Amino acid sequence: MKLKSNQKVAVAALGAATLATAAVALTYATGRRNYGPPDSAPGRTAAGRRRFGEYAVVGRTVTINKPRSELYAFWRDFGNLPKVMDNVKDVRLLDGERAVWTISAPAGRSVAVETEIVEDRTDEYISWRSTGNSDIDTEGRIAFRDAPPGRGTCVEAVIAYKPPAGELGRLIAKFFQREPSIQVRRDLKRFKMLMETGEVATSSNRRDHA
Amino acid sequence: MRALTWHGTHDVRVDTVPDPEIVNPRDAIIKVTSTAICGSDLHLYDGVIPGMSAGDILGHEFMGEVVEIGAKSPLRKGQRVVVPFTISCGGCFFCEKQQYSACDNSNPVANQDASEALYGAPMSALFGYSHLTGGYPGGQAEYVRVPFSDIGPVVVPDGLDDEKVLFLSDILPTGWMAAENAQIEEGDTVAVWGCGPVGLFSIQSALLMGAHRVIGIDRYPNRLALARKLGAEVIDYRQTSVHEALKEMTGGIGPDAVIDAVGMEAHGFAIDQALDAFKQKVGIGFDSGHALRQAILACRKGGRVSMPGVYGGILDKFPIGALMEKGLQVRGGQTHVQRYTKDLLRRIQEDEIDTTFLISHRLPLEEAAAGYANFKDNQNDWTKVVLRPGD
Repeated sequence: MKLKSNQKVAVAALGAATLATAAVALTYATGRRNYGPPDSAPGRTAAGRRRFGEYAVVGRTVTINKPRSELYAFWRDFGNLPKVMDNVKDVRLLDGERAVWTISAPAGRSVAVETEIVEDRTDEYISWRSTGNSDIDTEGRIAFRDAPPGRGTCVEAVIAYKPPAGELGRLIAKFFQREPSIQVRRDLKRFKMLMETGEVATSSNRRDHA
Repeated sequence: MRALTWHGTHDVRVDTVPDPEIVNPRDAIIKVTSTAICGSDLHLYDGVIPGMSAGDILGHEFMGEVVEIGAKSPLRKGQRVVVPFTISCGGCFFCEKQQYSACDNSNPVANQDASEALYGAPMSALFGYSHLTGGYPGGQAEYVRVPFSDIGPVVVPDGLDDEKVLFLSDILPTGWMAAENAQIEEGDTVAVWGCGPVGLFSIQSALLMGAHRVIGIDRYPNRLALARKLGAEVIDYRQTSVHEALKEMTGGIGPDAVIDAVGMEAHGFAIDQALDAFKQKVGIGFDSGHALRQAILACRKGGRVSMPGVYGGILDKFPIGALMEKGLQVRGGQTHVQRYTKDLLRRIQEDEIDTTFLISHRLPLEEAAAGYANFKDNQNDWTKVVLRPGD
């Protein structure tokens, strides 16, 4: 598949773990001047930046007190993800590489995204992107790195997306852009809870509200 | 079931609400036999803690009998347990370091956003408190759902009355940790602001940890008398200049360690206090910090500042210069209750620690609202209220 330049920028942003790539993405995506030598922070933390070309990028890192292999194994089975991703209603596996995600959208609607795995390195990272059969143009990557000794694993999730045009697109854009970073943060925290405690915390007293 | 619910400032009521159920596998349901009103409940009663909703069930000091257990709870029906007010998962980095009140996983994710923005990191969950700390229904009720029941609850040995062990839930370990945070050394004089339940337990703990002298500061004669009975000297701030007295009583040096067991609703007659009170009244989220400011100024050079008292917002006119130039160390935080319960239970069993001396009133749950009003307005006589849902 041939990538358009926008997509290249987004892919570069996804690879933001390496500083040079992130800095390049920033410079090319915005035309803003560099204020000094690049620092050590991931590109997506650049002050005031949410967009890389036509793509919005959100990301978050959490530390989970479990070994990489256990966390990778849970995530590699996309069918597990609705347990921790609040707005993902269902993930149906088509084969080992492709899956169809049903995601809640505003006004009681839902959108479908078919994804294929782009890169997959056991116990290290998984990245995926949407295929042509999708309502949203999106790419994502989850990476598992060892935390300092005895402290488990740093899990970093980065999502880039380009909302489609039209009314549905407007709604989706609104949905995602409202607090996209909060969504990623909450999903990762639920993942952490399930892995570290075996359950997802709720203050509800009753099963029907949990 | 019946439960004490919050409806607004100075408005708490005993309502009928749905019984709790087992929701997660590690849950247990406790039938409450004794539960207390805490000084920090008065912050809720006074409406100075953000994140409350009408109908919230209050109470974080409680104990009772296990009546239902989830599939992964190690408790057994019929066991008597005391439940720590801090909800902790036992599996995160912080719980493994025994920093239980910093647990990453007990506060539901949606409730973590506010404290993450306010404090830079999400708070763990507490029973019966603000939604910033989870909004978990509390223990001033007939029944409570206890999450992570394999980590918190302390099984009570037979033959120990409720009143001997109830305060393991909060104020006893809170007073103990306050004294521990004062890092007491031989020959030390420790000054304690506030002779409410936490202040009194701080005094008791500091003496057990070997403090040479402890000085308690309050304005209520009955509370000062209780402090004296524990072995403290006392200062009544209505009749004495606290700063000058502390200096003179410590040979001109100041106390080696100071404990602020007052927190965000400090009283006093100083200008800073009047301004703080005004700002709280108009609702701009400022804490009242007269006790803490006075404690920092009184503390000797190189001394220790321990803060068990609750603060939730921003404090201005903070004597940062005194803190830095005198080289003080500050320690505070919500209590890591689970770290202390085993040791403190042993001390109770061996009659080294008595906790019953501060209970002034015992009420049925139905009279809880009167308990709140009196605990707030008659602080001299109402030192500690225990509610008994079974009565």
